[in-house]
Amino acid sequence: MTAASRPPAEVLAAGGIDPRWSRTVEVGPRTWHLLDNAATLDAEPVGTLLCVHGNPTWSFLWRRLVAAGARAQRPWRVVAVDQLEMGYSERTGEQHRLADRVAQLGALTDHLGLAGPVVTVGHDWGGLVSLGWALDHPDLLAGVVLTNTAVHHEVDDAMPAALRVATARGVLPVGTVSTPAFLETTLALAHPRLTPTVADGFRAPYRTADRRAGIGGFVADIPATPDHPSRPELDRIATGVRGLDVPALLLWGPRDPVFSARYLRDLRERLPHADVHRFEGAGHLVVEDADVAGAVLRWLDARDAPAPPAVADEPYRALGATLVERADDDGTALIELAGARSRRVTWSALAARTDQLARGLAASGVRPGDRVALLVPPGADLTAVLYACLRLGAVVVVADAGLGVQGLTRAVRAADPAVVVGIEKALVAARWLRWAPTLVSAGPLRAGVARTLGVGASLDDLAALGRASTDDLPWPDPDADAAVLFTSGSTGPAKGVVYTHRRLAAMRDVVARTYGIGPDSPLVAAFAPFVLLGPALGATSASPDMDVTSPGTLTARALAEAVRAIDAAVVFASPAALRSVVRTADGSELAALAGVRRFLSAGAPVGIDLLEAAAALMPAAQAHTPYGMTEALVVADVSLDELRDAGAGDGVCVGRPVAGVRVALSGLDVAGEPTGVPDQRAGVTGEVLVAAAHVKDRYDGLWLTQHASARDPGWHRTGDVGHLDADGRLWVEGRLAHVLVTADGVRTPVGLEQRAQTVDSVVSAAVVGVGPRGAQQVVVVVQPEVYSHGPVVAAPDLAAAVRAALEGTTVAAVLVVEQLPTDVRHSSKIDRTRVAVWAERVLAGERARL
Amino acid sequence: MTRVLVTGASGMLGRAVAARLVADGLDVRTLQRSPSQVVGAQDVAGSVTDPDVVRSALRDRVAVVHLAAKVTIVGPYDQFEAVNVGGTRLLLDEARSAGVGRFVHVSTPSVAHHGRSLAGAGAGPADPQHARGHYARTKATAELLALAAHDPAGLHVIVVRPHVVWGPGDTQLVGRIVDRARSGRLPVLGDGAALIDTTYVDNAVDALVAALHADPAVYGEPYVVTNGEPRPVVELLAGICAASGVAVPRRHVPATLARGAGSVLDAAWRTLPLAGEPPLTRFVAEQLSTAHWFDQRRTREALGWTPRIGLDDGLARLAQWTARQASAPAP
Repeated sequence: MTAASRPPAEVLAAGGIDPRWSRTVEVGPRTWHLLDNAATLDAEPVGTLLCVHGNPTWSFLWRRLVAAGARAQRPWRVVAVDQLEMGYSERTGEQHRLADRVAQLGALTDHLGLAGPVVTVGHDWGGLVSLGWALDHPDLLAGVVLTNTAVHHEVDDAMPAALRVATARGVLPVGTVSTPAFLETTLALAHPRLTPTVADGFRAPYRTADRRAGIGGFVADIPATPDHPSRPELDRIATGVRGLDVPALLLWGPRDPVFSARYLRDLRERLPHADVHRFEGAGHLVVEDADVAGAVLRWLDARDAPAPPAVADEPYRALGATLVERADDDGTALIELAGARSRRVTWSALAARTDQLARGLAASGVRPGDRVALLVPPGADLTAVLYACLRLGAVVVVADAGLGVQGLTRAVRAADPAVVVGIEKALVAARWLRWAPTLVSAGPLRAGVARTLGVGASLDDLAALGRASTDDLPWPDPDADAAVLFTSGSTGPAKGVVYTHRRLAAMRDVVARTYGIGPDSPLVAAFAPFVLLGPALGATSASPDMDVTSPGTLTARALAEAVRAIDAAVVFASPAALRSVVRTADGSELAALAGVRRFLSAGAPVGIDLLEAAAALMPAAQAHTPYGMTEALVVADVSLDELRDAGAGDGVCVGRPVAGVRVALSGLDVAGEPTGVPDQRAGVTGEVLVAAAHVKDRYDGLWLTQHASARDPGWHRTGDVGHLDADGRLWVEGRLAHVLVTADGVRTPVGLEQRAQTVDSVVSAAVVGVGPRGAQQVVVVVQPEVYSHGPVVAAPDLAAAVRAALEGTTVAAVLVVEQLPTDVRHSSKIDRTRVAVWAERVLAGERARL
Repeated sequence: MTRVLVTGASGMLGRAVAARLVADGLDVRTLQRSPSQVVGAQDVAGSVTDPDVVRSALRDRVAVVHLAAKVTIVGPYDQFEAVNVGGTRLLLDEARSAGVGRFVHVSTPSVAHHGRSLAGAGAGPADPQHARGHYARTKATAELLALAAHDPAGLHVIVVRPHVVWGPGDTQLVGRIVDRARSGRLPVLGDGAALIDTTYVDNAVDALVAALHADPAVYGEPYVVTNGEPRPVVELLAGICAASGVAVPRRHVPATLARGAGSVLDAAWRTLPLAGEPPLTRFVAEQLSTAHWFDQRRTREALGWTPRIGLDDGLARLAQWTARQASAPAP
């Protein structure tokens, strides 16, 4: 037996722990060590955070939260305990069962006289103990925060694999007690690696086998078998959690070999009202990997903020309503051009297929709210299954191949679908990369593949099942989730964006209203999101023969063929597709394209030159380019004529907000931060804010990101920076993350880049800052017309020309590269973050590759 | 502040400061070993290490601008210590005894430089342990002495660290670059992309005068002074060569190789009886292959000063001066 002690001064110092926080407490026969910031608070705390560590850590894990709670305004008392046998609490030599630990914690908090409100915070097995305490103290409890933990384990197969190894007979004492293997393995799970000082802080109380006995005891207490003594308490907690109605926050590191995605799924299912934030890139030690302390306090503060006002109600008409109305229409709904494999689908056939698939999905157990990932190329199959899911109320997860396998895997896993519907290639990836438990094939599979992959059914199977079903199929709630789309990830990992049915319907309405697309305006769509909108708009649509994942494969001939097939009035194409059309035009397509009344290009900034070249091929058409983003598909629009009229300015002119959309700016302060209140006056440079009925409902599993993007009630923060001019036109000046803050003030990149591109030999340019914010130096990185493998610093004449073009801005350096990096999806947005990192190193005299 | 002593007025910066103070109508005395050639100033000839000389130079003075220092790249440590540390200590002690009110100590950013890149750095604390080379180490010690002598109720000390001062007639930077370029010994290290900030001499003069007149509340701290216009080192070298009428360097040498070679040459010049300066020292190699630029916001706010002459203007003035020198009859 060794009584509790205070950690040595150097251990406290290693963690930046105020020595006044470290105290020992005697509760009955036991002595505990804990961190408690009560003595250092200057004001009455809002409440208490009761933090419980897991195995094999100690209260050191919560040091930053203890510090963060002791803030001047609205402080929180933070009590972080070392469980018995752990950290610097007493070594009793006894085995503690889960129920003991819950009871011991209760005795400790009774002794401390903890008053409400209390929010529990738990990590790993501490999550379970903290929830046990929460269930026992309903009068004090005000909320629960859980980080990479689990409350329920099916006996056998659902036990985390890493722990199955650890609990195997023989492995247990060696791995956990007589050697520090378990401790070291846990510390090695940090992303990025722990600094040696911090790692030593975690090791400090576990230097000898004696001191580590509790680590083994903890692992041995995992109820891996049905008759395990801790099983009843585990079941009590797992069941009791379902009844918790206090606010809950789940903070998760997805790179966790112990508590994988299914434990998060289980917790979400038990606490459906919980706010969730996944820290992409963080792992089991999420409390070390990410700013958990900041997240917890922001969440606590948000509890007190007023709820945002509801979006003004417009009449709601489901996205799939048109399909039902036209169930008897034998006219063409869509044409999928693919050479010999081309298909034509009538409205009646599409309506029937959609209905059958919806019923088939329902009959096979897919419920409203279940997530279904669609990894099917745009075309008739995707359209039918998409509208089937929307009809049923299953939430479609639409990730495009443009994210790359890694990005796609991350995106799909983050969305955590129950079912993946995909073509063979996608299903192979889905199985091996563990994207979802159930697989459905769209289209044929090679012999044996279905069995190997464990594919449950094909779309045809589901349709057959649906034909036999006569069950009533209610329409989903308009405010239920309908879809998860993904951002391009050009500034960080792709984010899931959740739309409700009402918001999707509003998006259809804004497109119809802005571009007059409807039953009388057949549509050729060579741009992924719009391929799917045709049936909702009631417009006959055609997809041209091309590889939709590679827009540069659209030829003028293929476009003309698609236009001819439906006598199209409207053409949608991404800039890359349009560029390819212009390049491959030989005059033979002019007759077919003469009837096009309008063409639209979006997805990335569209140059006036490109629009003019495309307009020459479609002389009767008005050229438009919408401005939008995954979170608000159409925000503003500009025609070619308006673009010419606007001329040059600071940024890219994206036109006026479309009907139903309000745009405002949140002005940048001297530090480049968008701190201004929403401002609709001309000339204010700031973050672009959007308010509209068709803006996203929220980011998916990214509570912090959502909270930041919606911090002005009713507005969505886009992360773009720009200004409105005196004529009400919006100019986009770059991404907020790319704003430079120099000693001379804030600079935005796009306008400067446009000026650099006026230099004859410059093809494209990126303007980035190097050095600390506030004292940044402006650097122009150019891609010249002719690149020779010469010095990275531009020759004097080029540097002088670029500096002259940017007059008024001091340019520290002009650098030359062969190719500026761009994003994967659009291959047109320059990856300025990467350029800046490279420039920073090169200009420090280091060698670096771009 | 009418009666000022300027030490080290035979160097480019010291001479320019003394001349400016004379032009501003101040009573200026100078102290250095050779004549200052500043018209209107009263020269005291001698060393800052000589107590009698220092005492007489300080008589009736109310302010001191202390520039005198041993600035060469090579030489025995004792010499650096005697002038840079000993001279400064003596001046501070005697200034206090003489009732001087203001003491502007001219230092260098290399007192806080450990050999790594400085990008947008502030004025870090002087660090004699880790500063690179005899000059920087002794200047670091001197700066700490100066700051320790600051007394809000008596002698006010302010430290100004101009970074790489250059201009017409400069023998330190421009002179060396031109000499080496002429003899084909001026390689560009690495990519030559390292950003280096410099100070055109007129701006440094303005900053020192501003420091002399600054609000006493900003005394007691060091301030880095630069043009605030860092440029890749290759551009600077090319600009100075062009303005001085010599060929622009074309030879690129890998930076790590140059640092290694510099270390070897340092050792050779330390241990062998070699004359002059080594072609490349490790200190110079580091200076030329790592970034050195500074956050000027605090300096500009505290001194109420901004540079008047931009880098390109400075180069144009250097070119004009070169042209005048060329057309002037040889002495």
